[in-house]
Amino acid sequence: MTAMPKWADAVLVPLISLLIAFVISGLVILAIGEDPVAAMKLMVTGALGSTYGWGYTLYYATNFIFTGLAVSVAFQAGLFNIGGEGQATLGGLGVAMACLFIPWPHWSLALIAAVTMSALFGAAWAAIPAYLQAKRGSHIVITTIMFNFIASALLVYLLVNVLRPVGSMDSASARFGEVMALPRLHDILGLVGIPFNNRNPANISLLIALAACVGVWVLMWRTRLGYQMRAFGKSEKASVYAGINPVRITMYAMLISGGLAGMMAINTVMGEAGRLLMNSVEGAGFIGIAVALMGRSHPVGVFFAAILFGFLYQGGAELALWTKIPRELIIVIQALVILFTGALDDMVRRPVASLFLMLQRRKA
Amino acid sequence: MDFLTLIQILDSTVRLATPLLFACLAGLFSERAGIFDIGLEGKMLAAAFLSAAVAAVTGSVWLGVLAGIFASLLMAGIHGLASITFRGNQLISGVAINFLASGLTILLGQSWFALGGRTPSLTGDGRFGPITLPFAEALAPIPYLGPIYSELISGHSALVYIAVACVPASAWLLYRTRFGLRLRAVGENPAAVDTAGVSVTGIRYAAVAICGVLCGLAGAYLALGLAAGFGKEMTAGRGYIALAALIFAKWRPWYALGATMLFGFLEAVGNRFPNIEIGMISLPSQFMQALPYVLTVVILAGFVGKATPPRAGGQPYVKER
Repeated sequence: MTAMPKWADAVLVPLISLLIAFVISGLVILAIGEDPVAAMKLMVTGALGSTYGWGYTLYYATNFIFTGLAVSVAFQAGLFNIGGEGQATLGGLGVAMACLFIPWPHWSLALIAAVTMSALFGAAWAAIPAYLQAKRGSHIVITTIMFNFIASALLVYLLVNVLRPVGSMDSASARFGEVMALPRLHDILGLVGIPFNNRNPANISLLIALAACVGVWVLMWRTRLGYQMRAFGKSEKASVYAGINPVRITMYAMLISGGLAGMMAINTVMGEAGRLLMNSVEGAGFIGIAVALMGRSHPVGVFFAAILFGFLYQGGAELALWTKIPRELIIVIQALVILFTGALDDMVRRPVASLFLMLQRRKA
Repeated sequence: MDFLTLIQILDSTVRLATPLLFACLAGLFSERAGIFDIGLEGKMLAAAFLSAAVAAVTGSVWLGVLAGIFASLLMAGIHGLASITFRGNQLISGVAINFLASGLTILLGQSWFALGGRTPSLTGDGRFGPITLPFAEALAPIPYLGPIYSELISGHSALVYIAVACVPASAWLLYRTRFGLRLRAVGENPAAVDTAGVSVTGIRYAAVAICGVLCGLAGAYLALGLAAGFGKEMTAGRGYIALAALIFAKWRPWYALGATMLFGFLEAVGNRFPNIEIGMISLPSQFMQALPYVLTVVILAGFVGKATPPRAGGQPYVKER
């Protein structure tokens, strides 16, 4: 297996997996009596053909960068955090806490508070499963799934009974103040003279997401803690033998992971809706799994995979608008990507590896 | 609360617990053989969809059940391929199956029936009717015992009785047969089974197939017994509740009956009384919905009894180590 060069492992194998997923999705489109080529064209023009489309693509991508990084950090430490959904829900609550009760004079101060609160709330929601895994050995996958459901029940309760303004029928919080509206991508790009459509929700959170990518890279590959997390993920026994404290690493990895997932909420809750809605996460926590698998748990890979899924999301919405293909096509594509890049990875990898082995033998 | 209300709640407990029981036993077989399965939800959903679709087209409820089992087996086949043959991550495979079912059911449903992802409503022979046990009418007037027999025990659909019968059948298969012994051994120490000359792959595939059949029954019951047709995301997290029940039951068939009945009871009470007043405190309905999950976390944390999963769970078996 050493014959496979690094680039093949990092780029070629995921690309082949992606191709298989797309081909099968195309067959599904054919099976429901639509034209896959026309559908693909529509998706590309709808998502990337205008700055309006790009705005939505980048808005969705921002969510997926956060959740993808969250899953990646946990993956690197050998943990499967399937609870991004719940952590992002709690993150939304954190943003609402920061924005509803304090009259901030300027959006930048509100943003700092919102980032802090969302990360804290997300991390707190990950802390309990992490503690149970580290100290009591309860399986983190099961506990984080359970915490997703508990989070959604908690949010419904709070929205209906506590945060809903008096007299409102809508189960949503009050609107945040006008001052707290985040600058849109349109405004930011306008400063440097680039024209960008202003009817889309892409906002400054994208820059925070990019900063988070850099931050995660520095953390994982340039700090002692990151090294310990990766070592722990590669081999628990060896790292414990080398003096790494498993409880500490599990806790840190999950806290960072939960914090990143929680920060997604600044994009949706503060950047787009301007108030806390019932279902603002919309499955982005789960897409983080696909993004992390596709991006090989590396910030650069996560960034590109997030853009890809942002494109799929916006393109899928366009499809639902103009054709008879339902929006749920994206869920199928997402499932196939998870299946081929995650679970059936070996099926794709084995032939590629033997191909490289053959080439190498011929050279020798 | 009077006696009749109690009987009604228990009656709805039995109905709500049935899909959980099927799915829980399904997970039991899979996990006892060392294959983690968080794709119960997806398999149930796929089965519910295809069973409702076939029952709607053919008008036959049993053909619907067969179609449901077929759909669930297909999903189980993918899971087996990924986690046994290609030694992939079983958890990730389960996640993929859940999304695949969630997307495909709506896509195909919309394309076949154009009802926004639903299937046509089932009537008559297209869905399960109640089975009245002998003497139910005659015994009904007897105080207490009469209603218990005629309301609670009699008058459910065939799949409910099949589900309950599956509990002793599973216990017998797992603890009293050679196959059961091997299945449990594969989940604890596959290398030992392999050394004895038994195919680990074969046993694991068999376990995954049994899991598929049972999930198929769970889904079919949802669409043909509990409801009259398929609706978007109609499993509504039941696959995960079944998973929770499996942990609650510590991977044992009889305990599974108890755990699923408990979770079914919680759901039935939640449906009947949206808000519960206990003295000064009023429990909101969301609390009842979250309770199974909270209980599972408490059990997993080991504060109330210890739940020990099969030792080789989640690990693909590699012959040479």
